[in-house]
Amino acid sequence: MTDLLNAGLAALIVALAIWAVFARDAFAAVVGFIAYGLLLTLVWVQLQGVDVALTEAAIGGGLTGALLIGAASRLRGTEAVARAERPRTLVRVAAAALSAAVTAALAIGVLMLPDPAPTLAPQTMANIATTGVGNPITAVLLAFRAMDTLLEAIVLVFALIGVWSLGPDQAWGGRPGLRHRADPNGILAYLARVLPPIGIIVGTYIFWVGADHPGGKFQGATIVAAMWLLVIMAGLADAPPISRTWVRVGLAAGPLVFIAIGLMGAATAGAFLAYPDGYAKPLIIVIELALMPTLALILALLIAGAPRRPVQP
Amino acid sequence: MTLLADVVSIVAIVAGAIFFLAGTLGLLRFPDTFTRLHALTKADNLGLGLVVFGLLPHVDGVVTGLKLVVVWLLVMLAGACASQMVARTARRAERHD
Repeated sequence: MTDLLNAGLAALIVALAIWAVFARDAFAAVVGFIAYGLLLTLVWVQLQGVDVALTEAAIGGGLTGALLIGAASRLRGTEAVARAERPRTLVRVAAAALSAAVTAALAIGVLMLPDPAPTLAPQTMANIATTGVGNPITAVLLAFRAMDTLLEAIVLVFALIGVWSLGPDQAWGGRPGLRHRADPNGILAYLARVLPPIGIIVGTYIFWVGADHPGGKFQGATIVAAMWLLVIMAGLADAPPISRTWVRVGLAAGPLVFIAIGLMGAATAGAFLAYPDGYAKPLIIVIELALMPTLALILALLIAGAPRRPVQP
Repeated sequence: MTLLADVVSIVAIVAGAIFFLAGTLGLLRFPDTFTRLHALTKADNLGLGLVVFGLLPHVDGVVTGLKLVVVWLLVMLAGACASQMVARTARRAERHD
């Protein structure tokens, strides 16, 4: 029964992936990609990787989907022109061959993994008690491989700076995107009033529960960011100018706290990002608390886009 | 008692699955946006509602059950709002034709 379900899921995913590649219309392809992300979430649940499933749903399907919808609607005007000038057959065949080769290499790599696959899970479980957290994923992300998480947060700040740099010169420091206007008595404004209180609680809960169960700051921050974006899109509040001090401070705060605690570890525990004995859990909570607002800010501003409206002096 | 719970679960979940099937069929076969939305909301509201109802006897605590019900309510809220917006856009597009 489960095999049948898995086979059906796999077939659906492959079909959807092919459809997303071959769809003529960029918007249709994006919708296919989002559905693909949601199905991938089910696969991760099926593989018992609930943490990955949550991240895939929040980031892979939700956030990336929203970014791609924005990109598709911007490209709509030029889509017909771009389609008219199709690349030559040779180029197309070469691109297809390259993609097929990458897929084949990945497939061979996965199929040739030794059985049982090499794993560090037993070591993680043996040492998890020293961190004080109950969820092994959180222990890996914030204790055993904290460096990766730190770099990830910094990369996101750089990505946001990259998005900002796409704005025109005169709009630098201004508000991102266009002003959203929606009927103040319409259904979107209603949803933007009803949903955020619930969403903030759910986001905070997912963040907090991450210490012992699937969840964490990333998934929680995505939900909080989505609530903020909903309020912005319903026209109830405007996106802040990117030159605001609180925006800049908020963006830097998370990684800076992380680095400060890392340096403290170098002084007291003998290694960068090492936690002194007995202080692992409180320090992990401090890092998570500092990273969560920064991540929510980054994710929301990534979708809000490049600055387009100069601030009036 | 367990038998009764199992029967309730099976009946409710099968009924929910039928609503999902009917909703999908309607989404594929109905002629315009509004009737398609009508078909879709049946799957969301009743289909998911029945599946959640069928799962309730088997949850391991009141909190888990409440979470399932909240998921259903949130899906209904989001579905109702989204279909309102889709319908409004479709009507505006119709007027411009």
